[in-house]
Amino acid sequence: MQAYANPARFNALALSVLPWCAGITVLLFAVGLYYSLVVAPQDYQQGETVRIMFIHVPAAWMALACYSVMALASAVAIIWRHPLADVAAKTAAPIGACFTFLALFTGSLWGKPMWGTWWVWDARLTSVFVLFLLYLGYIAIWQAIEEPARAARLAAIVALVGFINVPIIKYSVEWWNSLHQPASVLRADGPAIHSSILTPLLIMAGAYTMLFLTLHLIAMRTEIMKRRIHNMEQAEVQG
Amino acid sequence: MTVFWSLVRRDLVLTLRQGGGAGMALGFFLTVLVLLPLGIGPDLNFLQRLAPGALWITLLLSVLLSTDRIFAPDYEDGSLELMTMGPMPLELVALAKSVAHWLGTGLPLAILAPGLGVLLNLDTLLFGPIMLAMVLGSLALSLLACLGAAVTVGLRRGGMIISLLILPLYVPVLIFGVAATNSVTGVPELFGPSMLILTAISLASLVLAPIAAAAAVRAHMT
Amino acid sequence: MFSGLSFTVAQGEGLLLEGPNGTGKTSLLRILAGFGAIEQGALELKGADEELTIGQRAHYLGHQNALKLALSVEENLTFWANFMGQSVSSSTIADHLGAFNLESLSSYSAGLLSAGQKRRLALSRLELVSRPIWLLDEPSVGLDTASCALLADAMSRHMAAGGLLIASTHTDLGLTFKNKVNLGDLGGRAT
Repeated sequence: MQAYANPARFNALALSVLPWCAGITVLLFAVGLYYSLVVAPQDYQQGETVRIMFIHVPAAWMALACYSVMALASAVAIIWRHPLADVAAKTAAPIGACFTFLALFTGSLWGKPMWGTWWVWDARLTSVFVLFLLYLGYIAIWQAIEEPARAARLAAIVALVGFINVPIIKYSVEWWNSLHQPASVLRADGPAIHSSILTPLLIMAGAYTMLFLTLHLIAMRTEIMKRRIHNMEQAEVQG
Repeated sequence: MTVFWSLVRRDLVLTLRQGGGAGMALGFFLTVLVLLPLGIGPDLNFLQRLAPGALWITLLLSVLLSTDRIFAPDYEDGSLELMTMGPMPLELVALAKSVAHWLGTGLPLAILAPGLGVLLNLDTLLFGPIMLAMVLGSLALSLLACLGAAVTVGLRRGGMIISLLILPLYVPVLIFGVAATNSVTGVPELFGPSMLILTAISLASLVLAPIAAAAAVRAHMT
Repeated sequence: MFSGLSFTVAQGEGLLLEGPNGTGKTSLLRILAGFGAIEQGALELKGADEELTIGQRAHYLGHQNALKLALSVEENLTFWANFMGQSVSSSTIADHLGAFNLESLSSYSAGLLSAGQKRRLALSRLELVSRPIWLLDEPSVGLDTASCALLADAMSRHMAAGGLLIASTHTDLGLTFKNKVNLGDLGGRAT
């Protein structure tokens, strides 16, 4: 772990890994989208609309996963003061916010033909919405504080406090009765959905994960460069 | 005129670079929109009836929240003092700052907020009218916000006082904004007159608010 | 705060305000700039456009620099020039930055500058827009010796060009002021 604490070494490593990540992402998306849009059968109730789920469900998973990455990185930043951890946390946030927005947006698209309205305040939608707001608040904290060290500390606290919300989202389906579909993939008695649906869903989930990894590596590299530029400017100006 | 726009441009650039403008206000707008159904209940028909008024009140609060940064940074770093020494009367300084606030916060909010009416199941017929009314009304909101900011600049607890000062002044905008919006599905003949009154409020604020704001800044300077 | 104060400053002359802390040097400069009123007496600017106040004919440099840290060095200067009614080219800006050894920093954000550099940036505003009166309150605060010399140069250029200068400073800038007022002798005291 400490070996990669050095940003320069991280940059070199990221650069060599990036093309592979990007390649796998494209490949998984190609296969996943083919299975979701062409191979997978129509739903007998939902018709073609069910295909939105292949975009929607992994996005919702990633919304949670990104927040977990962010919270984990924040914890590492607070406990071990790992120099890359707050970079990782900071850069995960906008990506996570985008996944969350995608989940909300596609959920809304799916809801229109299903419920006859764009938006329904059921428990799960509401808590994903709150997750989106947590992302926005976290991003705003970074924006509002000039000094990176102080911003990192405060943002980490915000992320960890917000992390309490993540299990609430996961189990909100059981806590509140809702209009939404009950959780169906992760059940103790095994998946309740047919493998013709489950396969493309899992491939898409893999694609999303790789997409996150790729974007996150790029964003972390960019952030490290930005900080280096800032330091160089500072050194140059104040000589 | 170039003096006027140079100030508008500077304030807009600062809002964009410091990220305190429409983005933050929109975040606040979203938050309030989540709290409403949580407090009131998720019944869509009920929310639909509530939507126009709820969107308007949320707009007022979001604009209000961004007001304390209109004059405060310039007061804190000495820029406001220099502004009183320029060739442009303080009334125009206040107007320029209001215009910048409107372009940077009020107008984007007025354009984007109605879209969020989806969350409250806003009647599709109302999206156009509410946006039009909000664009017109938000000008008055920004001008009055600027007045509040000028009165409270440099005061401790200025943020609290601003709300007390300005929200009552927002009452006419709220009444006629909601009236214009609701008239579309209620009494369509009321739409025209309500919009005219809303425009009149904005135009009157355009003339009067900067004068009062300039007087307030002068009072702080001496 | 003080009473019995009377002074005249003619074209091309400087007035140095002296006295210990708290005797009202800042207050006097602020009153001249138009921030604050005098209880008794009057201020008069002869031979000037009647329409304009002293403040509108003057540059005031107080304790604060009136800089926006989110704007670049050049943007800060350009804004103040435009605001004071003057359109400027970037080469003019570069010249005036050069007078305070800041020309290499023009594209950097003002937030990166050190305290002394910020003060120099505020000072470079004085000559950018030509105004006959300079009101300077401790202009040399935060400046090193070399920068103090640049400030002294700018001040003597201003007076040589027929400008009026009223300044308070505790640093010996090597300038000779024709007039001096010691506010401490006038019963000025901390209030």
